[in-house]
Amino acid sequence: MKQKRLISRNFITGLTCLFAVLFLLPTVLTVTNSFMSPGELAANYGTVFEGLSSKETYIAKDVNLKFIPDMVSFKQYFTVLFQSPDYLFKFWNSVILVIPIVFGQVAMASLAAYTFFRCKGRSFQVLFFVYITLMLMPYQVMLVPNYLVADWTGLLNTRWSIIFPGIFAPFSVFLLTKFMRRIPEALIEAAKIDGANEWKIFTRICLPQCRSALYSITILAFIDYWNMVEQPLILLSDVAKYPLSVYLSTINTDEIGLAFAVAVVYLIPPLLLFLHGEEYLVEGITHSGSVKG
Amino acid sequence: MAKKIQPFLLGGFSKNLENPQRNKRQKKLIILEQLFIVPSLSGVMIFFLAPFGVIFYYALVNNPTQGEFVFLDNFVTLLQNSAFRLAAVNTAFFSLVAVPLAVILSLGLALMLECKIPGKSQFRTFFLSPMMVPVASIVLIWQVIFHFNGPVNDLLAWFGGERIEWLKSGGAQVVVIILFLWKNLGYNMILFMAALNNIPRTLFEVAEIENASPWFVFTQIKLRFLSPTILFVAILSLINSFKVFREVHLLTGDYPYESLYMLQHFMNNTFKSLDYQKLATAAILMALVMIVIIGILFVLENYFGKDVEG
Repeated sequence: MKQKRLISRNFITGLTCLFAVLFLLPTVLTVTNSFMSPGELAANYGTVFEGLSSKETYIAKDVNLKFIPDMVSFKQYFTVLFQSPDYLFKFWNSVILVIPIVFGQVAMASLAAYTFFRCKGRSFQVLFFVYITLMLMPYQVMLVPNYLVADWTGLLNTRWSIIFPGIFAPFSVFLLTKFMRRIPEALIEAAKIDGANEWKIFTRICLPQCRSALYSITILAFIDYWNMVEQPLILLSDVAKYPLSVYLSTINTDEIGLAFAVAVVYLIPPLLLFLHGEEYLVEGITHSGSVKG
Repeated sequence: MAKKIQPFLLGGFSKNLENPQRNKRQKKLIILEQLFIVPSLSGVMIFFLAPFGVIFYYALVNNPTQGEFVFLDNFVTLLQNSAFRLAAVNTAFFSLVAVPLAVILSLGLALMLECKIPGKSQFRTFFLSPMMVPVASIVLIWQVIFHFNGPVNDLLAWFGGERIEWLKSGGAQVVVIILFLWKNLGYNMILFMAALNNIPRTLFEVAEIENASPWFVFTQIKLRFLSPTILFVAILSLINSFKVFREVHLLTGDYPYESLYMLQHFMNNTFKSLDYQKLATAAILMALVMIVIIGILFVLENYFGKDVEG
């Protein structure tokens, strides 16, 4: 019996390892391949990105997936960071779109969640339900109202047409409300007796209690908007305003050597946030666990 | 303790003394905490709810300037539109395959990590990591992996299979489903792990004493306690499956192979032609379908999990 259990556990460990490798592979490959020189990339993946500049000496017909570059080259990073303002410009576009959305959303959501936490009347329950319904709507639906408003207000083709709807996205409100409802009522009552006003209760008690939730909605919102594709395609007609997430796909095929380096540069900010706040993120996801309640 | 004192101090006390000032202040306090929602609510009103009303109107009239009510005519026209039908069928097919797979596989991953294997937290990090990788960053490597001469086809050939033009054939959906699963399983897994942790330990102990089979424990204890989480993961995956346009667009550009023509592609094209009726009708229709599907999921969950909810 024990023998059998040991074998099954080893089997499960093996299976988990296999899955872990599969999950890590794309990211790891992207990073290692970013250190390959354009020539090496051409030799390995020649046919994948057709139209690869013909200056390179040899274009392979086969595709060799390579883990470790023959020679580590930093030249493409140097090019991306110092010699091609285009990428930096798009990177900057991403930053100035995402940062206001994330901070705005967190601020709006924590205020709104406080009301949902403190007011439990029937009308607020209905309102919370409206928020949840909005949260469940896919982009395809929500982009139509966003587009109309942007059109009426003349915000179309400006960054604000993406930033405003982003700030009021209801998912953070939902998550924070669920989190705040775990704060013991007694804490609020005690503060009230001590003469704290609503603003004090909000800033001194609620917010510190939800620190991990605040961090996790920050990360979630950041990842979501750092990754955005739909909104710029529809709301921005000016390609110069596109964030890097959209621009990367339109990258010129003879700059494929750079593309991997740009991909890695683009990956760094969310990666840092993730590694720094994984525990909070997991805690936040955990408490988002149910639509009810 | 504080709860007991409070009504006496505030409510009881003020009533006894008939202190109007106190009463007034209490009222003010209530209004104050309601004010916190105003910024968010006004934003939601302006950017989501109000235009939604307008969209509803657009969907029911023949055109915005004339404003004649035609009721369901727009919906009929939309349903007859072949592009919309293709997009709807593709999206429905994708969701039908990807959502159950996402639920089952992430539950499987969570159960695997529950088996007291070494390095659990490292594995959790590994499985969660795809979530933070921007799709734009890994599409290059994805194109390499699924290229005609790429490693996946090499593997297929090695097993004696035929090479497939993955992104230019019916196999395209498979590629996108794999990418979708790769990105979303980690998040769902965390939800399942938390839910598994919340099942009362005593139940397992009783099951062990009673010599219950692992299968019985899984179906009668774990699955039933997990049913709210299964519902949530299913809804979440459903929403995310509608977002898969990102992956498709970055992998294949504006004009994908037919089987990858999603609802978002249809919407993008309609945005380009600025056909408000079509846009509004499609948005309303999709919203209704979403609400119906989620409603059904809720009913199902209520049916299966009613006796375990605490």
